Amino acid sequence: MSVAPTLVFAVGNLSRGDDAVGPLLAERLATAAVPGVEVLVDFQLQVEHALDLAGRERVIFVDACVDAEAPFVERPVVADTGFAHTSHSLAPAQVLETYRRVTGSEPPAALLFGVRAHSFELGAGLSPDTERASQAAWPRLLELCCR
Amino acid sequence: MITLPLETAAHPEQLRRVVIEPLSRVEGHGKVTLLLDEDGHVQQARLHIVEFRAFEKFIQGRPYWEVPVMVQRLCGICPVSHHLAACKALDQVVGATTLTPTAEKIRRLMHYGQILQSHALHFFHLSSPDLLFGFGSDLARRNIVGVAAAYPDVARQGVLLRRYGQEVIRHTAGKRIHGTGSVPGGVNKSLTAAERDELQKDIYQMIAWSRDAVRLVRQLFEQDLETYRSFGTFAARTLSLVRADGAMDLYHGGLRAKHADGGTIFDHVDYGHYWEQISEEVKAWSYMKFPYLRALGHEDGWYRVGPLTRVTRCDFIPTPLADRERREFMAFDDGRAAQSTLGFHWARMIEMLHAAEAIKDLLHDGDLLGTDLMAGGKRQARGVGVIEAPRGTLIHHYRVDESDQVVRANLIVSTTHNNHAMNIAIREVARKYLDGRTLTEGLLNHIEVAVRAFDPCLSCATHAVGRMPLSVQLLEADGSVADALVRG
Repeated sequence: MSVAPTLVFAVGNLSRGDDAVGPLLAERLATAAVPGVEVLVDFQLQVEHALDLAGRERVIFVDACVDAEAPFVERPVVADTGFAHTSHSLAPAQVLETYRRVTGSEPPAALLFGVRAHSFELGAGLSPDTERASQAAWPRLLELCCR
Repeated sequence: MITLPLETAAHPEQLRRVVIEPLSRVEGHGKVTLLLDEDGHVQQARLHIVEFRAFEKFIQGRPYWEVPVMVQRLCGICPVSHHLAACKALDQVVGATTLTPTAEKIRRLMHYGQILQSHALHFFHLSSPDLLFGFGSDLARRNIVGVAAAYPDVARQGVLLRRYGQEVIRHTAGKRIHGTGSVPGGVNKSLTAAERDELQKDIYQMIAWSRDAVRLVRQLFEQDLETYRSFGTFAARTLSLVRADGAMDLYHGGLRAKHADGGTIFDHVDYGHYWEQISEEVKAWSYMKFPYLRALGHEDGWYRVGPLTRVTRCDFIPTPLADRERREFMAFDDGRAAQSTLGFHWARMIEMLHAAEAIKDLLHDGDLLGTDLMAGGKRQARGVGVIEAPRGTLIHHYRVDESDQVVRANLIVSTTHNNHAMNIAIREVARKYLDGRTLTEGLLNHIEVAVRAFDPCLSCATHAVGRMPLSVQLLEADGSVADALVRG
């Protein structure tokens, strides 16, 4: 079965303040229905998500980012061959490495699209700063996906 | 207030403080603090978990039918458990005292999918690096990538078991996350024949791999029996659900509490009045409450939940391969493995095998394709739902008013049940491995190994880039940094 060449994988929780920024951008992107782009969302990156990379040309991870310059950052991601400690969830570089270890193939090109985030209170919406960052990030994310 | 050995030092201001924050491979915000005297002897050891007590506020004021979807956002690690526990509570509110066979079996299938994927993640991804390479082994190797290099089949099977469990959840809940499959009174979809056939294709492979995983843990015990027997081990009272005939039942049953020696405290108690048996104590030094059995009081009434409790305190497991493994586990080393903290891993793999077998049985049950999905009855103002989540007993309790709003909510999650037991475990490890020694990353990892055996989920469903560094600082009594270790 063929898969869309571009995977946009948004990470976050809609009910945890700025953590929602990834899923909210993904919602806009899914509505835009960009040809050749599949959008997936989950709370956190996990080992099995490595299998979602199979057959892709590139993957864009969209996530809230607390160590980014506002409003957003774009960082190339390469497989982390030496990651030592994780929680229940993985970082994008660790998903790429898991893909390599499980499939024996090189993972697709990957980019982290991180939107500056500030607060993560349960039940809160986006903070005003992250709302503005999200608005600024949207045209750029769309542009990246349309390439 | 009652304090226990190593819980509170006599003169903490004169001691050196070691902080492990946050715990790696443990979700959310957790830290361990150790207070050491001048000779490096441990005088105090505490596990601090910043639990989000806003859970109840998050739910109160919402229409009850929104709750099964909303509560999935409490935890990105075990959303399905919250989804099902909430539905079980709200079944009572809508008067559905008995579900249709299709609804109950679809929910069970979803639950076993959750158990399978959660246990696979914990063992293969989080704990196997410590277990396969040693707790104090080379840090650069002690990770899942190291496991993948040295044991490629183990790492690959872990990922595929996890994916299979997620596929079970997707088919029963309707989608990958924020599933709506279970609703108060039943379910809103059953399986199609095509979905059932797809899941049937791989289930025997999942059973075989799960069985291999049980045997792998047994081998680990056999290779280093003394360590596995004693590491962080302590006698504990236990709490779990069991079926009416005493069988393990992870979805539904009565409450069973046992003394450490196996004597019964209570059995087959209707969880609809759990507060008559369980209360919660607050301690000044921790955000998280400490539950206890009322009959024994807050000093002696703490207990342990989770896989080790469930496997050792049920009378039997109602699937043949898992029950055979349970009996071997119970007999191993004259029963000592079944009492050891690292026995959590063995028990967890037995449960994973049970979940795989239960999924297989359900996938051959015609009721999964049924169309009678909902039940109802006389409306009630209160509902309590209890389920055995991957990490242990999970309680949801709601009161709903005439306008369908939730006016009261109380949740006791498995990590809260295990709060006291985890503190005991780290004190045992600190006393045995750290006392009087120069602290190294490998030694501090022993503390984390003890915590990870319980697989606590610290209720944090956020994961923002840059949020999860691990730093270990040794502070002098005046607060100055004496030494630091940074991992990332």
